[in-house]
Amino acid sequence: MKNLEGRIGTIILWLLLLTAPYWMPLFGGYTGLGTRVLVLALAAMSVNFLLGFTGVLSFGHAAFFGLGAYGAGMTIKYIYASTMLGLAIGVLVGILGAMIIGAMIVRLRGVYFAMVTIAFGQVFYFVAFRWSSLTGGDDGLTGWKRVPLDLGVTQIDILHNDIAFYYLVLVCVAVCSAAMALLLRSPFGRTLLAIRENERRARFLGIPVDKHIWMSFVCSAAFCSVAGALYAYLDNFVDPRAFRWEQSGDFVIMAVLGGMRSFWGPLIGAAVFVVLQDKISSVTDYWMSILGLLFVLAVVFFPRGVLGVVKRKQGL
Amino acid sequence: MSLLDVRDVSRHFGSLVAVDHVSFKVEPGELRAVIGPNGAGKTTFFNLISGLFPPSSGSILLDGQDITTVPAHRRVGLGISRTFQITEIFPELTVRDNLLIPVESAAGLRLRPWISRADRVKVADRVQELLESGGLADKAERLAGELSHGDQRATEIMMSLALQPRLLLLDEPTAGMGDQETRDVVRVIRNLHKKEGLSIVLIEHDMRVIFHLADRIMVLAEGAVLADGTPAEIAADERVQAAYLGSAE
Repeated sequence: MKNLEGRIGTIILWLLLLTAPYWMPLFGGYTGLGTRVLVLALAAMSVNFLLGFTGVLSFGHAAFFGLGAYGAGMTIKYIYASTMLGLAIGVLVGILGAMIIGAMIVRLRGVYFAMVTIAFGQVFYFVAFRWSSLTGGDDGLTGWKRVPLDLGVTQIDILHNDIAFYYLVLVCVAVCSAAMALLLRSPFGRTLLAIRENERRARFLGIPVDKHIWMSFVCSAAFCSVAGALYAYLDNFVDPRAFRWEQSGDFVIMAVLGGMRSFWGPLIGAAVFVVLQDKISSVTDYWMSILGLLFVLAVVFFPRGVLGVVKRKQGL
Repeated sequence: MSLLDVRDVSRHFGSLVAVDHVSFKVEPGELRAVIGPNGAGKTTFFNLISGLFPPSSGSILLDGQDITTVPAHRRVGLGISRTFQITEIFPELTVRDNLLIPVESAAGLRLRPWISRADRVKVADRVQELLESGGLADKAERLAGELSHGDQRATEIMMSLALQPRLLLLDEPTAGMGDQETRDVVRVIRNLHKKEGLSIVLIEHDMRVIFHLADRIMVLAEGAVLADGTPAEIAADERVQAAYLGSAE
């Protein structure tokens, strides 16, 4: 709304996303890769909802990513084979987890908050790792598949048709990002920006800071667990690494790489991350060192991330 | 009944006694000043009234209601708002958003994930009103962090007023300002006091400002009340001259 360039940028972004399955192969990509970018982008955007727009760094969002993933997979495997039911239960479990964990840690700030979120994430990792009768342990949760969507009149075969699955994921990303954008433009969203900018001032404007951080944490975790559920559907598989702190760290890297003050930055960060991972890891096992170097360069030279640089060049 | 009634309040930090058995009243519509040498406990005293931390002993009443243990953000809802010695604003947001946030907070909209058109208009009008009375209308779209020191102070005072307080606490509002800026701020404060009848407590170092504005002055030294009276009484008080005014020359 503020500027025309921003609006045009968003339109171009959506045109690219809507047509991705058709142009990606021209550049050596494939539909599954695009789907993966979208899923991880949603997770990175959810982390950035907290990091970039509330000023709170969570290093444990893999907890909610994993809860969404296992919630969805186990629903289909043990309860009822429905993609949408799995998604719904995965998200509910993620929200519940975030409500409980959030209530315990919301008084902490800065590095203490980050450390404790890592610890909670690891708790889930070890549960998933050890409780192998239920979760499949280290081998992961297998023996289930995402189910074609039954719309009554017609079926959408998201199981065998990768492009159909891509669009399902895109719809989820669109709904979640619209919800995030609306929240951030609302009075509630402005209180989050206020907390990011100056917590003391926010409190002395009558904003109950801890309560609002808790609410932001739960919203953020809800979006992250949507991403988690979709991640499980991606390969019809989840393993405990979805819960690990490295996974949380990846989300933070994507957000920072793309630009944490920009709404779409984490999506760009996720695209860079996933494509590098895909292309370089087939050449060398040390792809992480290249990404690490890129990350350091980005933080040193472009502290506002990739999109931040573009915006500055335009003089915005 | 006094608007604010502070009864025998103390605050210790370890073995340091920052505020030592202070009693203090503000009547409705009164402009009170708190002065004292550096380290006298003035800002700590403000922090106790505004609820940044609770007193070690004593009690604080607003309109006869005990608020000693009420958290800071709820005291704002009860009508106490404040500024800080070092300006506290939202530097990376526009001046307009800096004012929009307290206006929405005061209107009880802060938990709303959406806002109706009618509310949006009402809130925007109020923000515009504040921008104009603070002399900030032409800077509304600039980032607050880019403004001059004086304009940042004005933004902070307007943010506090956006909450429609009954008691306004100003911690050294003219600190670091030039003569012209000081005069502007003094005019704003006097208007709030005389025209709108707002009750104000002011910490200040600039004696001209205080003797110009205050109805009553409390002098703190080493956390305790040294004197409390009208400007004329304080100016004539020998202990104050010895402890404070004398040492300033």
